[in-house]
Amino acid sequence: MDKQPNPHGTPLLKVENLKVYFQSDGERARAVDGISYEVRQKQTVCIVGESGCGKTVSSLSILGLIPSPPGEIVGGEIFFSGQDLLKLDEKAMQKIRGNQIAMVFQEPLTSLNPVFTIGNQIGEAVYTHKPMDAESLKRYMIQLLSDVGIPSPEQRLNDYPHQLSGGQRQRVMIAMALSCDPALMIADEPTTALDVTVQAQILELLRSIQQKRSMAILYITHDLGVVSAIAHWIYVMYAGIIAEQGNADQIFRFPRHPYTQGLLASLPGRSKRGKRLYSIPGSVPNPAYKPKGCPFHPRCPHAISPCRKEYPDMCDYGHGHMARCPVLYEKREHSE
Amino acid sequence: MNHAEKHIDASDYIEAPLAPKRTRLQAFGRMLKQNRLAALGFFIFVLFFLCAVTGLILTSGTKPLFNPAMVRLEEKLRPPLSKPNLKALRPDQVPVLNVYLMGTDDLGRDVFARMLQGAWVSLTVGFVAVGISVFIGIFMGGIAGYFGQHHIKTIHILFCLCLIGGIGLIWINAASAGTALLLLCLSSIVFLLSARDKLPEKARPVWKGILLGNAVSVDTLIMRIVDIMLCFPSFFLILTVVALLPASIYNIMIVIGLTSWMGTTRFVRAEFLSLREQDFVAAAKALGIGNFRIIFRHIMPNAVAPVLVSATIGIATAILTEAGLSFLGFGVPPPHATWGNILSDGKNFIFDAPWLTFIPGIAILIVVLSFNLFGEGLRDILNPKLRERH
Repeated sequence: MDKQPNPHGTPLLKVENLKVYFQSDGERARAVDGISYEVRQKQTVCIVGESGCGKTVSSLSILGLIPSPPGEIVGGEIFFSGQDLLKLDEKAMQKIRGNQIAMVFQEPLTSLNPVFTIGNQIGEAVYTHKPMDAESLKRYMIQLLSDVGIPSPEQRLNDYPHQLSGGQRQRVMIAMALSCDPALMIADEPTTALDVTVQAQILELLRSIQQKRSMAILYITHDLGVVSAIAHWIYVMYAGIIAEQGNADQIFRFPRHPYTQGLLASLPGRSKRGKRLYSIPGSVPNPAYKPKGCPFHPRCPHAISPCRKEYPDMCDYGHGHMARCPVLYEKREHSE
Repeated sequence: MNHAEKHIDASDYIEAPLAPKRTRLQAFGRMLKQNRLAALGFFIFVLFFLCAVTGLILTSGTKPLFNPAMVRLEEKLRPPLSKPNLKALRPDQVPVLNVYLMGTDDLGRDVFARMLQGAWVSLTVGFVAVGISVFIGIFMGGIAGYFGQHHIKTIHILFCLCLIGGIGLIWINAASAGTALLLLCLSSIVFLLSARDKLPEKARPVWKGILLGNAVSVDTLIMRIVDIMLCFPSFFLILTVVALLPASIYNIMIVIGLTSWMGTTRFVRAEFLSLREQDFVAAAKALGIGNFRIIFRHIMPNAVAPVLVSATIGIATAILTEAGLSFLGFGVPPPHATWGNILSDGKNFIFDAPWLTFIPGIAILIVVLSFNLFGEGLRDILNPKLRERH
């Protein structure tokens, strides 16, 4: 599969300086604190980060599904094929949700309504945006289910979610997401709740679907292994900001941000056999009490005094590879 | 060809043996078999239902088989199972089966016929009243649970108060004051329309800020209304309302329904609060499904189990309330027999003719008890957590 970035493709989704804050008990949690990213057509873009770094919040805000209150989109713009999604009203958003942007959730076990059959639920997903008669609806649903690799789809249509396995349920969720031929699919950790073999199958499925339907995927995960397998372009998030961005090659072979370096160093690998595995000291800051300056500095091995005061700038390493760490950028210039 | 594409052709698969399917009805039957009391309750409920329906058929019309209104003054206060005195009666006065199954009352009316007619009244009162209360309860509870955190603006509340007040005043013939309030309503609509699209919140004058500011949340509003309704002693509220309204069986149903929806509202709200956060709701939203469709099609079927249980028990309560009202003389007007007014008529003769009080009394007891037992059983059936205990 082509893993080169595609800088010439037209941007399908463009998020500009998005800020999402959560207000509770007088505290202001800055869950997403000014992130910008792009998803180009037919591309798989991964957002990687630890739990609580704002990955899910940023993806939910694309669909306008941030619970408000307490959540609030404080600033920024989200352009989807030319229109600013944040300026649309609820009616217009409902036409986009599911139809042009679809979402697959983390927990296939709870994302399906337990009291309706699979056929009922997929049918509703299709019918909401593309009304058709019962006969062709059924044929279309069977086609969808066999597209996502569910055996004997005709019988499965009458099954309830609890009669399917986790992997099958996630396939059903993907079928629902595909039902209206969306231009963009947001997959929020779709494989986290599944075991490893099923995970591999789902990834293969997503990859083949993407090739067939030429749709863009925004894949949100904390699993670097998954990222290396599927990503055309990667954004590494930390505490509500983008720490580093680049293609798989740049991120995995030449990580430029101490956080990315730490993440990669803590992956088990063949060369590290027998040695103690590295772990980044400390934990993710509470989004309500983020450290001043660079949010990563309390855990950073390269931190110097300006890191505590100044918010770091994005530093360009060429070919679109960027990292938000001026310290390492300067070090590199000195060493060269 | 990669791995996933191999999966795509479904015909590659051998048909997997499917687990035997059990329909909901079969599961229901099995559960009923395990819970004897609930089965008994269900049985009596079905029996009662049949009695009420056949009773309606057999006692209505111009020449009913059992005539509950046939007065035979020569045959008054006959005990149950006594034979009619054929010499004293005209042929059309002789009861069917040639026996007074449950005796006669002080006017010589056949108590069995009256009980049959009363069964239908009890049944309809129970179902219609509970239907009304469940409908209101689900609607209010659903709104409170789902839209709870949304706020209502002060001007909306003022608008509603003016509207209700205005209509009320016109209704009680205070036309000028009512019209003034309705005009105030109109002006508030104009004000709301003019206030739209003006962005800066801080630039508003104070009075506008108060009018357009958030007053209470939807949840607070609805749940406080529920609290207020619960504060009234509902039986006396019903008595007052029934005393004001013309006495009719429909008014009683409506009034009982309108004063008993609070429990359902609380149930539904509590269910919605937890179901609202479920992933399948988020998934439905992400598919672009509208709010009301999510409330009534996606969340409601998940929340309906406790409502069903409370409704079953509510039917028993409604039957009791109706009987109580009839007993006090505020219920269904006299020519029509209900269990409550048979009981009430009979109390004057409790020593001479005890069957006049005992028969309707025991009937009410059995029906209410069976509904309660069935309701409890239904709770066990519908709640898998309780199911494990048996």
